Amino acid sequence: MIVAERKPLAEIVEMVQDCKKVLVLACRGCVTVCSAGGEREAEILSSLLRLGMKKAGKSIEVSTASLVRQCDREYIDEIDQWDGQYDAIVSTACGVGVNFISNLRKDTMVYPALNTSFFGGSAEQGEWTEQCAGCGDCVLHLTGGLCPVARCAKSLMNGPCGGSVDGRCEIDRDVECIWQSIHDRLGSFDRAAQMEVIAPIRDWSTAGHGGPRKIVRDDLTV
Amino acid sequence: MSFDPAITLFSCHYTSQQSCAEEGKELEQLGFPSSINLVRVPCTGKLQVTTLLKAFEDGADGVYVVGCPEDGCHNVKGSSRAAKRVAAVRAALEELGVEGERVQMYHLPRGLHPEFVAKAKEMDARIRDLGPSPFSN
Repeated sequence: MIVAERKPLAEIVEMVQDCKKVLVLACRGCVTVCSAGGEREAEILSSLLRLGMKKAGKSIEVSTASLVRQCDREYIDEIDQWDGQYDAIVSTACGVGVNFISNLRKDTMVYPALNTSFFGGSAEQGEWTEQCAGCGDCVLHLTGGLCPVARCAKSLMNGPCGGSVDGRCEIDRDVECIWQSIHDRLGSFDRAAQMEVIAPIRDWSTAGHGGPRKIVRDDLTV
Repeated sequence: MSFDPAITLFSCHYTSQQSCAEEGKELEQLGFPSSINLVRVPCTGKLQVTTLLKAFEDGADGVYVVGCPEDGCHNVKGSSRAAKRVAAVRAALEELGVEGERVQMYHLPRGLHPEFVAKAKEMDARIRDLGPSPFSN
């Protein structure tokens, strides 16, 4: 999922300083799962915005609503039911949602309530870790299913580097050396020899280095 | 400057049993501060962050939660969950530049006991010291 976390409150309060009525718009997609921008978090943010503005001696009307997702046109269309009712939307979606509203509703001011962080998962309740960098050229079949692009601090393709000690990364002992884990995992499948294969210089154009990326599926377009 | 605070207490059914004794008169006789509005809940674990924030929105100068001892909650983890939510509200208040001490969590034994009243007096004194809520403009 896309993992995000709420922006500092002062930043969000500052965004809506001149507003009289705002809609905090939750997303029931990834940010609900990572407890950053679902309906519950939107309700909390609404309350905090009212309190924050009250403390600043200003009054604001804050309502809360949610969309199934904010990354599809069909759901963004639902925004039209609130046309002209709010000075701004504070979106608790990831950055994709904020962009989509901006793209599709030219007259709607939308502010981001979250900092979009990474593609990750939750192995422990309340903890999320980065697992994928969305680089557009997956090498997981060569690395035992563990991603060196996202999970090696240097995104090395031929690791580990000389800083790996006891399976821990030199940037922080709390971070596993993913290349050590790749080695151990390949070994457990009797494929440690895969480590001897030198990965070629990587073409990063698929990773966004060639500008914003786009996928078109002719079998799905209408 | 002295003022009469409005304090909201959310207490679990088990730690606030004495509030029912003698139609609530016993608490009053023990010196339970009149500034405190007691809201009994079946389990503090059910309290949401929004419930605590709404109390501030409704004009409370302070909010506190009394639940079972952490290692003896009737619902196993209810009071521990409440403590986490109180901590989240405290962090949010501090982000807004408001004293985090305006929200507190207490773990107290169940049944009739003097600590229930003692903590109420402690909270009352704390909020009187802090003054009116910055949200009451």
